[in-house]
Parts: sequence; C-alpha cells; structure tokens
Amino acid sequence: MEVDREDGRSQNQLRPLACSRNILHRAHGSASWSQGDTKVLAAVYGPKAGTKKNENPEKACIEVIWKPKTGQIGKPEKEYEMILKRTLESICILTVNPNTTTSIIVQVVNDDGALLPSAINAACMALVDAGIPMKHLAVAICCCVAKSGYVILDPTKLEEQKMKAFAYLVFPNSVRSVLPEGSLRVEGEPIENGIITSVTHGIMSVDDYFYCLERGRAASVKLSDFLRRNLQQQSTDSSKAG
Amino acid sequence: MCFFPLFRSKENRLTMGLPNASGDLSTEVEVDAFRRLFPLRFYEKHLLESIRPDARPLGRARETTIALALAKIGSTTMLAAIKMEVMTPSLETPDEGCIAIDFHMPPICSPIVRPGRPAEGAPVVAKQLSDTILSSGMINLKELSLVSGKAAWMAYLDIYCLDADGALFDTALLSAVAAFSHLEIPVVSLNDDGKIVLSEEQGLSDREPVNKEKRKINLSSVPFSLTCVLHKNYILADPTAEEESIMDTIVTVVLDSSSQLVSLHKPGGTVLAYTSAIQDCIALTRQRVKELQKILEEGISGMEVD
Repeated sequence: MEVDREDGRSQNQLRPLACSRNILHRAHGSASWSQGDTKVLAAVYGPKAGTKKNENPEKACIEVIWKPKTGQIGKPEKEYEMILKRTLESICILTVNPNTTTSIIVQVVNDDGALLPSAINAACMALVDAGIPMKHLAVAICCCVAKSGYVILDPTKLEEQKMKAFAYLVFPNSVRSVLPEGSLRVEGEPIENGIITSVTHGIMSVDDYFYCLERGRAASVKLSDFLRRNLQQQSTDSSKAG
Repeated sequence: MCFFPLFRSKENRLTMGLPNASGDLSTEVEVDAFRRLFPLRFYEKHLLESIRPDARPLGRARETTIALALAKIGSTTMLAAIKMEVMTPSLETPDEGCIAIDFHMPPICSPIVRPGRPAEGAPVVAKQLSDTILSSGMINLKELSLVSGKAAWMAYLDIYCLDADGALFDTALLSAVAAFSHLEIPVVSLNDDGKIVLSEEQGLSDREPVNKEKRKINLSSVPFSLTCVLHKNYILADPTAEEESIMDTIVTVVLDSSSQLVSLHKPGGTVLAYTSAIQDCIALTRQRVKELQKILEEGISGMEVD
C-alpha cells in the first residue's frame, strides 16, 4: 500500500541520519545525533564518586538531565528523564564501577518529531564515546499508526500530531558473533528482538502494536548498521590522527 | 537452603511450625535474615514453586476495593478528588472543556519520600495518567462545554497517594475512573451579566439552567491497567513495592473496555521483553480488565443503594 508523506518518503523510510562524536571539549564523552530536522546533543560526565540518595551504592548510578530547547522542564521532560535513565541503566554494566554516578546531559537542539528516540540514540553514542562499559547498544525508533491502520516510521512532528497513535520502541543492536547462528537466541527469537523500552501514546489495537514491533525491528537493523559503521569509521579516523 | 516455610500467612506458619517446634523461633529469624540479605534469592525460591511470599500465585492481583473515589489494591491506597471550575474555552476548541490531572505523593505514603522535596516518581505517574485518560477518550470533552465559546468546565483531578505499596499507576487510574463515575456536576445558569452562577445559590427559578441534562459525565471505553514485573521467564502481576524494587523490569499495559491498547509502557529494565512475554502481559491484563469492571460496577451500585 502506497502512502503519501509530505516529504515524499516511503512509509518505512527513515530521514537522513547523522551522528558525530567527541564534539565537546570538557565532557568525558559527547555526541550529536540528528535525524532529519530533529537534533539532540548529549554529554556524559563520569563516573564520578558516590551515588545519589536512595540509590544502590553497590552499583553505578546513572543520572539524566534533560534540557529542553526553550523554557523550564515540566512533566513531559521529567518522564523523558525517567525513561532515558531506566533505558540506559539496562544497557550499561553497572557492577564495574560501583558507588559512582554518571551524569548524562541531553540538550534538545531542534524537535521535529521522534524526539525521545533521537535522545536515546544520542545518549547511547555519548556513552560509547565516554568509554562507559556497556552490554550492548540501544537503538530507538518511532512508529506511527494512522487511522486507516498503516504504519509509518520516523515521523516528523506534523505527522506525529496527525496520527492516531504512536509508539517509541527501543531494541538492542543486532549482534555479530563468532558463535554459530541461533546460539544467541532467547525463546526462539534473536536477542535484538527483545524490547528494552516501549512507550505508546493514543489508542491502537493489539495487532497494530505487534505490527509496529515488526516494522520497528526491521528498521532497527538498519539503524544498528548505521551505528556500527559510524563507530568503526570514527575510531579509524582518530587512530590516524593520534 | 530450604529452611523457611513457603507460606508466610499466620495460619500456615503455625501449622508448619508445629513439627519442629524446638527450632521455631530460630527458623523465623533465619527466614527474615535470608529475606533481607538475599532478597532476590528469596524471591527466586518462591518463584520456582510458582508462589509469592504473600501466598499469591504469580498471575493474580491483590484484593481490590473501591469506595467512592478511594481505591485500594492490596495496601496501596489512593484518594481522588475532582474540583470543577468555570473557565473560558480556548479559541481553537470553543466547545470543549478541559481536564487537569495531578498526582501527589505526600511523605505519609512511603519512607523514600522526604518532606519538602517532591517525590521523583510523582510527575511521571501524573504525566502517564493524563496521557492515558485523555487519549483513551473516556471523557468526551465536548460534554464539559456550557456555552459554546463562552464558558466550559475545567475539571481538576487530584489524586493523593496515601500508601505506596507498588502498582501506583494502576491504583491511581482506578481511583480516577471511580471519581469520574460518580462525579455530579452542579446545575448552573447564566445571569443578566452573562456570567455563570450556581442555580441553587441564586434561588431564581425563572432562569433556565444551562446544563439541565448534563449532570453526569458519560464514560465511554473506560481504561483499566495492570502492572507486571518481569524476572527471567516469570511474570508477576500486580507487584508490591518490595517486588518492584528487587526485580526492576516493569511493564504496564492499559486496555480499554473494548480491548483496544491504550498504552504499553516498559521503561527499560534488565529483562528484554520478547513477543511471548508481551502477549502474556496483555492476556493477564484482559483478565484483569474483566475483574476491575465488575469491582467498579459493584462500587457504583453500592453507592446508589445508599
């Protein structure tokens, strides 16, 4: 089924991705991430000594500070902070640096839809840049469900508002392993099919949600290829410079 | 290390304590010590037997009661209140009212909330609640209109958490639904200056009330939710605060009365949710929606008899 999108994309097509790391001088790690006109900056400071109150001192603590483009932070930003914190906690190895705090500061540069997924991707790249030990990367994607039931990926702000429902989905990146294929499967599904984070808005049928999952998983493979290429490219660049 | 009784209720402890009455006290101390020292292992021992420390099977929710707008799930207690105010509707939506939702966690509800400092989780639950209630379409905002373009109701829904023992969102949503289901809108009329006044206060019978037929809000497609905790392959429905803190993967599913998905919320957590786990969570929620619908109906009909 062909769907008309304002910018002429097909329904599964993502906007152009761009990512650069190590762009801030003082931060221990930083990254900027843009998909289309949505752009997010992330900086990582840490691991710093001590954990915050009410946190487990036997593990590393992760703190997320969300800075909107303009104005004060409100309830939506608090929710984003909580989701980012929980998502990043699940991909980092927290037992390596016990009793430390790592701060991640997310600065929204421009919001044109799929803001939280962009922020998750940016924060993840900044963590890699800072050398924080991680189990795997996280790839985040936004799927929109239209009233007539079709699903589009990576919507702009306008599309997000027009659609009846949308889901932010976060998956682990696809792994390349020397182990034979199938040995990394959990319950018959590859590990990258597991959902790290899911946030939905608006009403959809249960089948629509599973369709979103399917589309999101397909797109996350492309995204994780992009991440892998980007990380390999920049690491060879910096080794040449050094 | 199998030295503790599986059931923690008092009767069971008595019967199980009898055969080895000599070591009764020491066993109990050891169980409590084990629970505190190795909380995860303590839970895993129970999960192997498909039972939870409070004697519930994994998929069962705690006892749920609704009285007016006081909802209790297990010992988690929430009180909801709705205040109505007349406001001028915005230009974009001249014939719609508005709902503002807030969630409060005072220090009384949990040891981790300190006075003076707002609880971390409270704004997040508030945001989730307003997203769920507004996007579910439970309330038609047009019903809150009084005079198109001139006056509409602004409903302030405040939910107070009195006891936070896990599944905060579920209990808050239940108390919000209960509050809306017996909300009574006061009769108002327009006075000579074009202002909205309470009809009873004025005592004027000649003025025609503007909302004669709109004393109750019709609730269509009521949302109900169930929070589950994932741990390894186990799914624990309706977790207590202890379970939520030990096993950190929490999935909240909200379904409306026609089984449409209103929200599927999983903020991170160590366990990855595969398709089968998501399907199981949705199936558990479907069952729970039926239970909650019945409890809510009983709660409302109980009110009408009084």
